[in-house]
Amino acid sequence: MWNYTDKVLDHFHNPRNYGEIENADAVGEVGSMACGDALRLTLKIDKNTQTILDAKFQTFGCGSAIASSSAMTEMIKGMNLDEANKITNAEISKFLGGLPPEKMHCSVMGKEALEAAIANYRGITIEKDEEEGRLVCRCFGVTEDKIQKLALENNLHNVEDITNYTKAGGGCGACLQDIQDILDAVWHNKKEKAPAAEAPKPEAAKKLTMVQKVKLIEETLEKVIRPSLNQDGGDIELIDIDKNKIYVKLLGMCSHCPSSSFTIKSFVETKLKEFVSPDIEVLEEQAND
Amino acid sequence: MINKAIYVDNNATTPIAPEVYQEMIPYLTQYYGNPSSIHTFGGQLASKIDEARQRVANLLGALATEIVFTSCGTESDNAAILGILSSNPSKKHIITTKVEHPAILNLCQHLEKNGYDVTYLSVDRSGALNLDELQKSMRPDTAIVSVMYANNETGVIFPIEQIGRIVKSRGSMFHVDAVQAVGKIPIDLSKSSIDLLSLSGHKLHAPKGVGVLYIRRGTMIRPFIIGGHQERGRRAGTENIASICALGKAAELAHKNIADENNIVRKMRDRLEKGLLESIPYTFVNGDTVNRLPNTTNISFEYIEGESILLLLDQHGICASSGSACTSGSLQPSHVLRSMGVPFTAAHGSVRFSLSRYNDDSEIDKILEVMPAIISKLRAISPYTPKTK
Repeated sequence: MWNYTDKVLDHFHNPRNYGEIENADAVGEVGSMACGDALRLTLKIDKNTQTILDAKFQTFGCGSAIASSSAMTEMIKGMNLDEANKITNAEISKFLGGLPPEKMHCSVMGKEALEAAIANYRGITIEKDEEEGRLVCRCFGVTEDKIQKLALENNLHNVEDITNYTKAGGGCGACLQDIQDILDAVWHNKKEKAPAAEAPKPEAAKKLTMVQKVKLIEETLEKVIRPSLNQDGGDIELIDIDKNKIYVKLLGMCSHCPSSSFTIKSFVETKLKEFVSPDIEVLEEQAND
Repeated sequence: MINKAIYVDNNATTPIAPEVYQEMIPYLTQYYGNPSSIHTFGGQLASKIDEARQRVANLLGALATEIVFTSCGTESDNAAILGILSSNPSKKHIITTKVEHPAILNLCQHLEKNGYDVTYLSVDRSGALNLDELQKSMRPDTAIVSVMYANNETGVIFPIEQIGRIVKSRGSMFHVDAVQAVGKIPIDLSKSSIDLLSLSGHKLHAPKGVGVLYIRRGTMIRPFIIGGHQERGRRAGTENIASICALGKAAELAHKNIADENNIVRKMRDRLEKGLLESIPYTFVNGDTVNRLPNTTNISFEYIEGESILLLLDQHGICASSGSACTSGSLQPSHVLRSMGVPFTAAHGSVRFSLSRYNDDSEIDKILEVMPAIISKLRAISPYTPKTK
């Protein structure tokens, strides 16, 4: 049972502007029956003022897909094309009083149909998904570009959010790691571009005395690793250092997380290699008690 | 809270029978003792559990000692498979089907990560298994074959005894998830090759939170929940007496009513199905319509999506379910319909109606009355609806 707002239910039960405009000036089609939802948008446009005089939709999909389509047509009528092109999926969702997280892809579909229709009017050929960048999710035909774009627009940091917004990863699941890598790259680059972060980047030195190394490891744990684990309700404890072998113990939520070994290798070790020394190996200390 | 509904979602769960509810009340009020106690106040309850056990045994043609009470169908499934695997540590192969309930499928996928080999048998367009494929898949190290009696989504019934003969001739254990079948079709375990069988109380008008694992006498199985001596050490934990007695009563009622399920309920189901197919174009039934539970019909309405259908049915208080992606919370339509090769388009637009003896003809009339308008409304919005009309 979805927790739909009254506005979503209203637009589902009483959809505005459904149907097809004959001799439409612009047509935008997105989705497919196989994917479970599809939207065909037709527009009547005033050639002089570039104003959307009328908009109609046809939608195959669930309640929130139909409501998102209906809402989008209501929003764009009377707008000029430049204004309409600036509408985001978040605004469609907001118009409806919000959508359940798993249904955000419905608002994305509305936004995409609008983009496609405007591009169609302006004579820009809509490129096939495959050409818009590398195909990441084969089940739902989602490209790297789309994932990057939506992550930045909607401030998405988790794979699950990407699935909710794009469906990518919601089928066979083979691309979940790929999506994580894309997100890591998106937010890592973003950070590097931003002015120096508050946490000073510990300088990696080649020859460290043992004391310097211990200090650097502790600093990296404190400033780089721990804040990130804390966000997920976890923590990390430094147990021992034996030359380049670092023994740690995951605490809190991380300690019984099924992906704890993944966390150790792909996050903790990567960071310590980056900040302390490329020779570092991180091992999880097994609880003896 | 809504309390009046046309409830045709009985494969999801069933209403508690009034007689069953009455049976429970004393154990939720005055008889709160522990059946393991020495004093009469608690100890007298052990005989009530025995009575419930005998009632379930009667429904299944089993011995009372072969009935183990559990907390649900999923627990029974887990206990059966894990229990057999741990008593046969050298056997590392499991056979099941692609259309099982998640209680089996997800457990098997979990076992695959822990060193087990699993064969998932495929089904054809009508939802039927290919028994040659089963023959070929059997291996000397096949510990257990787990097959559902009847499918929850389509109602398709598997040829359990034919499967059992193959499994037993090759020396493996045979588990049947009969959660959807018990109470709807007759089952006689005294003449069966089934070694282990799962059932769930809330699918046959008992409350949620109680199930049974039938374990054929002489079956070597390790306990799954370890603790006290309850259920002869096979399933520890203080007995859920009220629910166990409720399930006993529900089993007794099911035994008495099984003819009605196959006459009255079947007639209502057939009238509903025929009426919908006749009044709505581009509509077809999913799955074998002969080897099928008497209460279930799974119908695809082309060009539209199932969640929207359910939302509109809900406005009329009609409760059904769908194999569409959107209703499952996942993004892909039902694994059962996909395994059958039902086109994605039709799988997204599938609706399951599952009846019980608590439905009546006026409810069927109401569904037949409102469905054509619901389907037309959604088809008017859909971009795929053929324009010829």
